[in-house]
Amino acid sequence: MWAFANKLASPRNFYRLAGKLTPWLGGASLILLAVGLYGGLVLAPQDYQQGDSFRIIYIHVPSAWLSMFGYAFMAVSGAIGLIWRIKLAEAIAASVAPIGASFAFLALVTGSLWGKPMWGTWWVWDARLTSTLILFFLYLGVIALNAAIEDKRNAARASAVLAIVGVVNIPIIVYSVEWWNTLHQKATISIMKMQAPSIHIDMLIPLLIMALAFQLFFFTVVLMRTRGELLDRERNSRWVQELVDGKTPATTAKANEFSVSPPTS
Amino acid sequence: MSFITMTRKHKQRLTVVLLLVVGIGTAVALALSAFQENMLFFFNPSEVVAGEVPTDRTIRVGGLVTNGSVKRANDSLLVEFSVTDTKNSVPVKYEGILPDLFREGQGIIAIGRLEADGSFKAQEVLAKHDETYMPPEVADSLKAAQAENAQIKMPESHRAN
Repeated sequence: MWAFANKLASPRNFYRLAGKLTPWLGGASLILLAVGLYGGLVLAPQDYQQGDSFRIIYIHVPSAWLSMFGYAFMAVSGAIGLIWRIKLAEAIAASVAPIGASFAFLALVTGSLWGKPMWGTWWVWDARLTSTLILFFLYLGVIALNAAIEDKRNAARASAVLAIVGVVNIPIIVYSVEWWNTLHQKATISIMKMQAPSIHIDMLIPLLIMALAFQLFFFTVVLMRTRGELLDRERNSRWVQELVDGKTPATTAKANEFSVSPPTS
Repeated sequence: MSFITMTRKHKQRLTVVLLLVVGIGTAVALALSAFQENMLFFFNPSEVVAGEVPTDRTIRVGGLVTNGSVKRANDSLLVEFSVTDTKNSVPVKYEGILPDLFREGQGIIAIGRLEADGSFKAQEVLAKHDETYMPPEVADSLKAAQAENAQIKMPESHRAN
């Protein structure tokens, strides 16, 4: 098991495996997205109060979930990079930031579009909305920090620290609607509370399909971006040179430069 | 060269990361509990009636629109209604366009000032949506069942904290 993890953590092996996985994950995500959208926009019944407007839930809620999941994912890979100095973990953390930022942005925009007709306002400074905006800014901070430091390995360490500091915001977003009076409604689906979701089953099923589709899409894009990051970070290594030259990777290429970065400091 | 090794260096770094998370968490928890009052988005009608709210600035009052209290003017957008938390209620005056979800029994948040006569003059009315989603038929049958029980239950999301 560890042996497999070690092998996978080598940039070259990960690059090849990710390349094979991407079309499958992407294809599954597209199919689920089509099924979920049809279920959500056509099959699901109207809401008793909101009519058809509630259907934005099928984009808004999966985006919001993924923006939080992405942040935790980024912070954990950042921490692994920080502690064990694994190049792959650093590349993954750097790849996730723009993806997570996009999901956070999507959640904010769809929420705002829904808020205008339903609440009567585009934006309020309540705890849920504000903490989600902070999440978006944290993502931007990580992206900026990664871009500002020229040496990629130093950049990874600095942005990992920022990502870890920002983790405190995740429970605040999740519980903001419980701890404070907010305009935003409470959670409809909650694993923590162990109670049935307060959404009708016909509306719930497309939502779960969409959530799974978004999750697979997330991993598809993470794999694609991480491959790009690895090529950039390893551009001086032999396996990338060979890839560029169009040669098949030589079997003799099992030298040390492909393995996990040695613990430097 | 292995993936998860635990040399002294790794243990030290792991400890630093964990301390960072715990430390920041504690600091933020303390700060948030200190600002608890300011984090409240709105006041309840009971707090308004008890005089616990400032009258010299704009505040938010949240509650349910009392059943049968909505009066609309014929020649303008003026609306009068009252908000209640089932114990106390506050009369509200508002001139403008109400959100889609505004109706009797609905949770709303009114933004405005408390007048000298105890009424609330709103500049803005926001509808608060609760976390339930269901088709109209289900809502109708629920309503019928509730009418049989003759119990008006307040949704949890609108109860005073």
